[in-house]
Amino acid sequence: MIHPIPSGTRDVLPDEMAELRAIIAALRGVFEARGYGEVYTPAIEYEDVLRHAGGAAPAYRVFDDHGEVLALRADMTAPIARLVGTRYPTAQPPLRFCYVAHAYRAVRPHRGQMREFLQAGIELIGAEGPDGTAEALTVLCASLDAAGLRDYRVGLGDAALYPALLGAFDLPEEARDRLLSELAAKDFVGLEREVGQLGLDAEDAALLARVPQMRGGPDVLQAPAGPVADAVAGLRSVLDRLAPDVAGRVIFDLGLARGLGYYTGAVFDVYDPSLGAPLGGGGRYDDLLGRFGRALPAVGFSLGVDRLHVALSGQERGGL
Amino acid sequence: MNAFGLTIAVPRGALLGETLDALQRLGIDTAEVRANDRRLLFEDAGIVTMRPSDVPTYVEAGAADIGITGKDVLMEQSGRSVIELLDLGYGRCRMVLASVTGEPDPAAEALRHLGVVRVATKYPRIAARFFEATGRQAEIVEVKGSVELAPLTGLVEAIVDLTATGTTLRENNLVIREEIAVATARLIANPVAHKLRAGAIDEVVGRLRGA
Repeated sequence: MIHPIPSGTRDVLPDEMAELRAIIAALRGVFEARGYGEVYTPAIEYEDVLRHAGGAAPAYRVFDDHGEVLALRADMTAPIARLVGTRYPTAQPPLRFCYVAHAYRAVRPHRGQMREFLQAGIELIGAEGPDGTAEALTVLCASLDAAGLRDYRVGLGDAALYPALLGAFDLPEEARDRLLSELAAKDFVGLEREVGQLGLDAEDAALLARVPQMRGGPDVLQAPAGPVADAVAGLRSVLDRLAPDVAGRVIFDLGLARGLGYYTGAVFDVYDPSLGAPLGGGGRYDDLLGRFGRALPAVGFSLGVDRLHVALSGQERGGL
Repeated sequence: MNAFGLTIAVPRGALLGETLDALQRLGIDTAEVRANDRRLLFEDAGIVTMRPSDVPTYVEAGAADIGITGKDVLMEQSGRSVIELLDLGYGRCRMVLASVTGEPDPAAEALRHLGVVRVATKYPRIAARFFEATGRQAEIVEVKGSVELAPLTGLVEAIVDLTATGTTLRENNLVIREEIAVATARLIANPVAHKLRAGAIDEVVGRLRGA
């Protein structure tokens, strides 16, 4: 008789567990050395509370014996925002927390996606704009270095950049939404088509189609005075605060858009040549804490421990 | 490996010839691919060949850095995390709703009298989205082989399929009732390669756009 486990979940046997523990120990070492205290929150919470954050929607729900709807958390950012609002209502910011915890997402069948996955990350609460973002990026790079990853890069963009650029052109609401949805779908052909239908002059249309495709070193941030220069000003001030070794890891990406709804400013993704998808990421969510009663700016990142493990194995095998 | 250092997923079938022409214009030597239609992997040219519907799979996973496939494939596999970079313009086809020639249209008749139409297709997601978006109830029948057979045998009242010239439809006594979308060949990229190999990918896009 076979007793299956759900697709997207797995057992970890001792050899793999030993490797995962070494990675986690390296990450924890960096987090704690930099003053991030580890927290753990319930894997299962009231669905209303998790939804209140407006990020990834919880995928698995149950009724408890009182008819309340409970849900498995889809990330750690929402639970930590709740924790700050309820347990640290008056504590002097900045607050620094880290976690190594499982989160749960819906999967499409046969795609090798995990329903249950282990995340390690930090939340820096009460540290504003460029300084806080620079600290998070610095901790991120130190963590990856400590784990032994060699060739990773960090894509850095700004969730507010393209909306701000669109704002400079005084476009109707539905046109803006169409452009943003093409960008979210990573469809530059569709974006160009929608831009073409706006009736802008050729130069402005080229700008709106080209800017989200700009990515690379700091030269990406060199723009003549105007709407683009205004939009990248935030990224430039982050760059000014990064040490050279961290700055050298950064790929500025003016089209970077992360799926979760709560990002307000800088966003980042971690890339490694041995993986076809990002192995982690994060960003600023300056409005989220306010929904839980403490209006503090915040930034954080999470790394997929399993993906980091895959990238490290790929690196040992000699790249691709 | 080619001069760009990129592994390129190339679709076999109707798009192959023009795709190889485009790559040749980039300076990639495609003679070996043209000469050999059984081999799949051409390391010197950095080309891997496959069915068009497999291209997004390889590109999403990073097994190929960039690839070329039809918009019809991308629409059907819209959940794939790939970046759509460029409309290459060739391989122009239409995704259409077709039914047996003559009036009244059997598909419209089915909806009028039964409230639901049976539709055979190789593109179940495009078909389902189309009927959903137009507020009509459809029973989607997924077939792997010749879709044109399905309405002739009474399996369904209509089909959703790709057509370039309409010849196959006409020869099977079918007529186009509605156009769903126009599909052309697209250049796509893996999202990580798009960042880590930005220079090479932008060079390819720029030169294909200029061509």
